Parts: sequence; C-alpha cells; structure tokens
Amino acid sequence: MREKVAIAGVGYTAFTSVSPGVSYRELTYEAAVKAYEEAGVEPKDVDSFVCTSEDFLEGYSISDEYCNDQLGAVLKPVQTIPGDFMHSLAVGVMHILTGKFDIVVVQALSKASNMKTIPEMINFALDPVLNRPLDVTPYAVAGLEMNRFLEEGRATREQCAAVVVKNKANALLNPLAGYGASITVDHVLESEPVAEPVRLLDIAPYADGAVVMVLCSERVAPSLTDRPVWITGIGWSTDSPTLESRDWVDAVSVRLAGDMAYRMAGVKCPAKEVDLAEVNDEISFKELQHLEALRLFDEGAAGKATEDGKTSLEGTLPVNPSGGGLGVGHLFECSGAQKVLELVLQLRGEAGARQVAGAGVGVAQAWRGIPTTSAAVAVLCAD
Amino acid sequence: MELERFELGATHYKESDLKEGKLLSLPWTPNLKYAWDNGVAIGRYLAELKEGRIIARKCNKCRRIMLPPRMFCEMCWRPTDEWVYVKDTGRVNTYSVCYVNWDASRIKKGEKPHLPAVIEIDGASPGMGILHLLGEVEPEDIKIGMWVRAVWKKPEEREGAITDILYFKPVRR
Ligand SMILES: [Zn+2]
Repeated sequence: MREKVAIAGVGYTAFTSVSPGVSYRELTYEAAVKAYEEAGVEPKDVDSFVCTSEDFLEGYSISDEYCNDQLGAVLKPVQTIPGDFMHSLAVGVMHILTGKFDIVVVQALSKASNMKTIPEMINFALDPVLNRPLDVTPYAVAGLEMNRFLEEGRATREQCAAVVVKNKANALLNPLAGYGASITVDHVLESEPVAEPVRLLDIAPYADGAVVMVLCSERVAPSLTDRPVWITGIGWSTDSPTLESRDWVDAVSVRLAGDMAYRMAGVKCPAKEVDLAEVNDEISFKELQHLEALRLFDEGAAGKATEDGKTSLEGTLPVNPSGGGLGVGHLFECSGAQKVLELVLQLRGEAGARQVAGAGVGVAQAWRGIPTTSAAVAVLCAD
Repeated sequence: MELERFELGATHYKESDLKEGKLLSLPWTPNLKYAWDNGVAIGRYLAELKEGRIIARKCNKCRRIMLPPRMFCEMCWRPTDEWVYVKDTGRVNTYSVCYVNWDASRIKKGEKPHLPAVIEIDGASPGMGILHLLGEVEPEDIKIGMWVRAVWKKPEEREGAITDILYFKPVRR
C-alpha cells in the first residue's frame, strides 16, 4: 500500500498588497486559529511544528526563533526551514511517515510589504564576487532565461502574455487574491520593459499573507476530518546556483522534483492523470516552463495550450485557477503555501466561482524565486 | 614558498598581508531596509508610551497580565481579553554592566557602562515587564530586586517608541 499523509485543516488570511493593521504575529495567528479549528485540534495535540522563514525576508537574524508564539508552539518541538512552504511541507510529511508523529503543523508567512528594499534584497542573493559587481537588476536573471526559452522556440512572446491574461482573470474569481484584472495580451506586451523580454506585467507583484496547515497520519485522519485531502507524493530538488553555467532553457530541478513526487504517488502519466495544477508563475514564462518540466505538456506545447484555452478554468487541464502568483501576488516563502491551499479548496469542491469541475488529482509546484533553482512538488488527491 | 605559508597553516595571515593585497577579498555593504507593521498589540503599547503610560493585556483564562501586550495568549492559545494599565514602577529581575557597545566596540574611557535590566513592572504578572536601561545609579549600587521607576522623555519629545522611557532609576520603598 502506498504511503500518504492527510491535510486535515487549512487556515489562511487574504493575500493583500499591504497589511498595516496587523503584525506578522497577528497575521499568522489568524491563519493558525482557522487551521486548528478546521481540524478540531489545539496546539497541545500537535506533535511537531514546521515553520518557514528566511532571515533577510523577515528582517531579523535567526528569525526562526520568532515563529512559535503565534502558532501555540511555545515549548514544543519546532523546526524552521529556510525555503519555500512546500519544503516545510516535505519535512512535515516525512515526520508523519516516520510513524513517530501523528499531527504536524506547517506554516508560512509573507510580510513582503515590510521589506522596503526588495530589489536590493534579491540582488544580495547573487554571487558577491562574480555577479553583484556588475550592478544589473536581479530581474536580468529572468530576462536571460526567458530570452533563451523563446529563442529555443518553446513559446512565443504572446503565449507568455496569455498566461498573465488568464491568471489575472482567474484571480477576479478568487476573493483571497489581490491582483485580479481583466486585461489583454497587448496590455502585457505594451507594459513597461523591465529586463527584456520581461515586462512589468510579466512579473508577479508582491503580496502579504499567512497560511497554516494541519497534517496528520492516515491512522488519525478519520478522527480529525471527514474531508481529508491526501498528499500522495512529494519531491524537491535544487540545481547548481552558478549563473555562468546553468541550464537557461529548462527548469531541471522542477523536472526532478516532479518525478520524485510522481514516483511516490504512483503517477505514471502526469498529463493523463492530473486534473489541475498550481505552478509557480512568478514570471509569466515560468508557468509554461514549469508545466513542461512537470510533464503536463510536451516541450514547446504549453504556450499553444494556453493560447487555446486548455489551461483555463474550463480547459482540459486548468492551471493556476487561484490566479497564481500573477493574480494572487508573489508571497516569497509563502508562495507554495498558496498553491497547496488552492488545491485543497479545489479538491474539496470549495473553490466557489473558480471551482474546477471533476477535480480529483492536483499538482502543486513551488520555485524559490530569482535567482534560485530550488523547486518542490506535491501531488494531492481528493478522498 | 610564500604560498605554502598560506596553504598549510591556519593562522599565518597577518593584517599587513590583507593591507598589501596579498590576500584578495571583496567587501560589500548591503542596503537593506525594513519597516515592520506593529499591529494591534504593539501598536497600542507604543501609542500609550507616547502618552507616558504603560499598557498590558490580560488573559482571563490564565489571568496573566502580559507585558509586552499581545492579542493572543501563547500559553492558553486563545485571544486575550482586556487592556490593563500598569504602573511605571517595578523591580529589577536581572541586569548586566556592559563595557562594550552594541557593535562590540569598547566604550570610551570615562564613559559610563551601559546598564540593561529586565524590570518586572508593578501591575503586570510576575516575570513580565520591560527590558530597558538603568540610570542615575552606579553599577556597584545595583541590586537584583531593587525598586525602580521610569524616567520619561518630555511629552513633546516622545514619538511612540520604547525609548520614550529614557531609563529606570532607583526609588526608595
Ligand atoms: Zn492565558
């Protein structure tokens, strides 16, 4: 029998461009209360907490020490992952699959609005000796990659713009999303150039928000929830950071993370078995690149499929029904959490106006953002 | 042979080697700025400090009156219930006498040492209070358990910050 872990409760805030009324602690508390309420648990019932936090994103060093209070995790087993929420999710799944933990809480937060020098912060992630002295925007990393992706004939510029149009339209149906809009391909193509071919509307705008999830073992799942969503596969991978010699066309780490997750889930033919996907679209073309890396479309086919509406809400494989990063906002280390959250809502049939019909198997994929190559992928199934 | 000195030993570098460029390194100063949303609890706390008052938050389950205030009780896992004004007096829980500055540089000759202290504030639950500085006291006269009172900035100089209190000074009881 295949191993699986249940998501027994999800809690979340809306995803907004600013959140000045609440501290990061109060924001997280809101998400935690909702998640625990849904799963009918209290912190004392939780065997382990896994938080997600990166010092430079929080503006604290050793920021993981500040995660506990708002989760009720004081004096409990806690650990913090400096990565995406989905990396923390992988840790939570592993805890449960050891058989030593029945209930694990996983958390992520974005207070992007509190970072006043985001371009500098991202620039600070570049190699200090070989890259930073050139004084170019870190978005150049996306521009360089997109240019090569287009040159290889993997998509057209218009097809990348169609991703933005689709995702912002989906976001209009998502009450949690902050950046929904009704726009056209021309709006994207005529928006301000940033790091050509990347233009302003190709980039996911920043957002604040918090997500908390309660995971549990198959053994205790029936006592916590009557509508579990199952994590049947999870995988992660990171490429070399070296910009001078990385693969500029394919998201190789996403391919490997996806294959790892599919292997665990027993998914043999993703394009046939997956009903919907939430993939990273921090830059428009990344959605297409990631869909192909995840074997949901053949190489060079995702752009055309997007243009043809196959990835729309009514399409054969709806992609980013939530609105994705382009429509919900770029949530930094909380980005993957928003993706898993959307799949949970979709697989439970609770996605309201953007509900995908017949959602049974979903794939969520996170990328840690410019300039990284870190990826994580999860396969989720309805009960 | 000169290189061998660098390769084989762990402690053979001299400051002059760096100055003379024998060892190459690349300095970088990040420009990172943040502005944290204080939120409900700390926002009110700071607003009250501006008025020369200290406010706490009470949990009606464990009955703790908490400083700094928080909108949820991290021990009972429930929202806190009431705002409670507490006094600006208290007792020294612990203190230290610091002869180095925050950046580890030594204080100047003749300069008084920094005197950080945890003050258990009157009206707050035992063990809860304010981390602040002691003043108007010689280091050798400080005792754990001694009574102190806040010395505030002038009202027009307060800005809604923990530094609206200048320091705590000893008081007789
Ligand atoms: Zn309490």
